[in-house]
Amino acid sequence: MNKRNLEEKIFLGLMLASVFIVMGSLILIVTVVVLNGVPSLSLEILTQTSEGGFYLGGGGGFLNAIVGSLLLALPATGLAFLFGITIALYLQKDFLNPHIANFIRLCLDILWGVPSVVYGVFCLTIMITIGMAGGSLLFGIIALTLLEIPIITRCIDESIKMVPIGLKESAYSLGSTKFETAVKVVRRQAMPGIIAGVLLGFGRGIGDAASILLTVGDSNYFPSSISDQTAALPTMILNLVSMPDQVVQNKAYAVAFVLLMIVLLISILTRYLTKKSSKHIIK
Amino acid sequence: MPNNIRNVFKHKLLIVGILSLFLSFIFLFIFNDLFLFALFLILFIILLIYNFVKVTRKLYDTLGTRLMLFVTASMIFLFFLLLIILINGSIDILQDQSLSELILSSTWKPFSGEFGLFAVIIDTLIVTAVSMLIAIPISVLSAIYIAEYAPKKFRKIIRPFIDVLAGVPSVVFGLCALLVFVPLVRDDIAPFFGNTISSGFGLFTASLILSIMVFPIIISLCVESFNAVPIALKEASLSLGATKWETVKKVIFRASGPGILAAIFLGFGRAFGETIAVAMVIGNQELIPKSLFGPGQTLASLIASNYTEVSSIPILASALIFVALILFVVVLIFNLLGYLVLRRASKRWKY
Repeated sequence: MNKRNLEEKIFLGLMLASVFIVMGSLILIVTVVVLNGVPSLSLEILTQTSEGGFYLGGGGGFLNAIVGSLLLALPATGLAFLFGITIALYLQKDFLNPHIANFIRLCLDILWGVPSVVYGVFCLTIMITIGMAGGSLLFGIIALTLLEIPIITRCIDESIKMVPIGLKESAYSLGSTKFETAVKVVRRQAMPGIIAGVLLGFGRGIGDAASILLTVGDSNYFPSSISDQTAALPTMILNLVSMPDQVVQNKAYAVAFVLLMIVLLISILTRYLTKKSSKHIIK
Repeated sequence: MPNNIRNVFKHKLLIVGILSLFLSFIFLFIFNDLFLFALFLILFIILLIYNFVKVTRKLYDTLGTRLMLFVTASMIFLFFLLLIILINGSIDILQDQSLSELILSSTWKPFSGEFGLFAVIIDTLIVTAVSMLIAIPISVLSAIYIAEYAPKKFRKIIRPFIDVLAGVPSVVFGLCALLVFVPLVRDDIAPFFGNTISSGFGLFTASLILSIMVFPIIISLCVESFNAVPIALKEASLSLGATKWETVKKVIFRASGPGILAAIFLGFGRAFGETIAVAMVIGNQELIPKSLFGPGQTLASLIASNYTEVSSIPILASALIFVALILFVVVLIFNLLGYLVLRRASKRWKY
């Protein structure tokens, strides 16, 4: 009896220790970024574009990277959302044979697991083939869209699965067509999942570095057309941190701070919006 | 919509249609702008069709369903396109050198045309294995605590924590590793194991940061599968006098075994393909490691640290595409394995 209780105690201790490690690692990351980022943050650095030699200790800020990141992630999320909601609605039993739908789900899960650098290489391959070296906003958007489609689709799909059958049946019994039911009833009922999926995709897109690194290049200005090179937050962190100068390296933590704040904001927004939108769904 | 309003609406649309035809001609003849001409012409044609074709609900339904089918089919097409383009891109390097030469030679010197991946593959395996060794016990134990032991209040707090940890960008992980783990490994951990020459940039540092990145994936999937175990099973075990840990060990672990395995496969995929955080701390040298604290290079970080030379060495692009193909195929296999394990289990275990 004593031995069994001892085992229980030991493993409870181990569990508490591992939970502590997991929570501690997140707290560590946030404190490291905040402690190092906030001192090098200023209004000037947030509201100006980079001047020449920004990476060598020159003046200016990283507004161009913030704008670049948004210009990459927003259109990509929009496109991925359009794809995602269409596919997710079509995966319902009403439209598609469940076996085929499960095969498509498997494909999507595999695509979700594919490292983002593979999407970067995919776009790089196309860029080399059509002779557009150096990078452009367009291919960054394409890479991020590819990255986000499986995430958004699977999130929406999971919430569509939870839509009660009775709801669909009552829509059908009132004479609405399949398409009308999908777009008007199921879409509305799956709203919390849609919001969560879109925001999750956006968060992943704005923070992803590997696909962006290979496709967008770098620039000190706002991109004026879709074939321009552009700066982005993750690539700017990489560029800054590879510089030998300590002052320049500290700017990387300021950029990371902004990026982390965006991601945290998205996380809070997701909780708030899903809670708000799930008030109106029928259980 | 009432009928009279609909008529007014259609009337207005006709005016807009005529206006858009007019505008399209202006853009063609005065501004010579073909793009805007096409845009307005298309708008005109759509409005024309809308005015003369009686748009019934049946037509909407057919068109909408077709569109959805088209988009879904194009997604599947995309999946295969990805594979085809990666294979097509790596043909160049495979014609230049044999597959065995690529995989079994360990000299990676792009400038003299040598693309041996052996050392990189070994490094990748070591880094992934070590990070999983660290991550699996910690995350499974925390998942058990969250699912079975934790008070309700604590569960409410920890959920957002895990979600946020999952959403932190990999660059930020890399930065923290650079600031915290590199000095830690250099000054404390490596000397503790008798390695005093370590610079801190190496396989072990990369494994540490990877294990943190994998935590949220394994934890959230494990918690999900622990919660799916029917409560009657747990109660039966407890009523026979088993302690809580014994119930966990003998009932929950067994009932959710496939779920844990699938979570581990997914975590493996993430650790295997992580690029930026690894590239920042691993030291970026294509060597067979002499110790765990020495510098190395993984497949994914190889791409990130070599892509800039693609324009000067054409064959390098093909080599990197080949590396990406390896990543894709390995992730594909592991996802399929996870899927098969789960499917087999759901057939066999029915409670």
